Amino acid sequence: MSQILVGDDLHKSFGLTQALRGASIVLDEGEIVAVMGPSGSGKSTLLHCLAGMLTPDRGEVHLAGRRIDQLPDRERAHLRRTVFGFVFQFGQLVPELPAVENIALPLLLAGRRRKHALAAAAPWLSRLGLDGLGERLPGELSGGQGQRVAMARALVANPTVVFADEPTGSLDSVAADEVMELLVDAAREQGTSVLMVTHEPRVAAYADRTVMVRDGVDALGVGAA
Amino acid sequence: MTVSYALLGLLEGSSRHGYDLKRSYDRRFGEVKPIRFGQVYRTLSQLERDGLVEVVGVEAGSGPDRKRYSITPEGVTDLDTWLGEPEEPQPHRQSVLFTKVVVALLSGRSAEHFLDVQRAMHLDTMKALTTARRNAATTQDALLADFQLFHLEADLRWIDHTESRLAALAEEVRDVPDPRRR
Repeated sequence: MSQILVGDDLHKSFGLTQALRGASIVLDEGEIVAVMGPSGSGKSTLLHCLAGMLTPDRGEVHLAGRRIDQLPDRERAHLRRTVFGFVFQFGQLVPELPAVENIALPLLLAGRRRKHALAAAAPWLSRLGLDGLGERLPGELSGGQGQRVAMARALVANPTVVFADEPTGSLDSVAADEVMELLVDAAREQGTSVLMVTHEPRVAAYADRTVMVRDGVDALGVGAA
Repeated sequence: MTVSYALLGLLEGSSRHGYDLKRSYDRRFGEVKPIRFGQVYRTLSQLERDGLVEVVGVEAGSGPDRKRYSITPEGVTDLDTWLGEPEEPQPHRQSVLFTKVVVALLSGRSAEHFLDVQRAMHLDTMKALTTARRNAATTQDALLADFQLFHLEADLRWIDHTESRLAALAEEVRDVPDPRRR
């Protein structure tokens, strides 16, 4: 398997706080990796640096062999819209848009015509067990349903890498299992790599490999892919 | 103890032969360790002596499997009582983890290293159990895997919690004098 995303010797400080102190990580094509670590260990900062949401102070990020951490903001924003997908703890769906339009959002932002974007989003509803819920607003969905919509939105544009930050953090264990099974199955089907930050071992157990981050440095890789 | 009540529970639905009971037991509870014929018949004899089951028919032929057993009203009452009583929580099942941490610190070794390799092993086992649960043929099999997953997760939470308090523990372990030497 070839390396799709590489973070090498990443450093990042916020004022006097050193969040990352030489963290390195490799994500292979189609691989699902969990990043764990105590609160304040730098795991979310690592994800944000890899995803181009933060610029590391030192170190490099490479996507499919191309260095991306020094790209101008505009180009990084383009990457985030087209090559990356994102899932956050609380879904962060647009509350005024029905589920199907939330799913279609990355396609609309990438300039696809509305009709085509909605047509591409619709199959995700049944794929994620959301039949008949496409016209519901996020406020009318349960936590698990909302998170599945967020999952579909992250995957609809067939991204190379999905970044998930505590994707099940707000869910009970049954809904968390459903969300993780759907994420893992869909990612495997599309060949999408997933990097997820979680503090829940049960969620990390869905990954091919777990990386522990401690004091801003990756400490331990668990389980070969 | 648990086997007796499992058999009573199986008999409550309908009367059964010993062989039939073994098959039902293994299907529901024998994932890890199937029950032996001998144990089924020994348990049934004991339950019969205690008046909790009775023989409701003996078929022609030889061998212990000719008898058909049924639960008695006393057996139903006993089962009711057992199911209504809470079990003693057993929070010390992985106490070897605790012992290893303290011994490591006492002897000046790295407790952190032990906790790291233990975490890795727990995570690997959880990964295998998660795969098993996803491939489980029945809800019962899935929930059995879940039971183990939640317990391992609790160990992992303790491992993380302990790792964040190792400095304090190391100090305490070094400083506490043996009261018998006072």
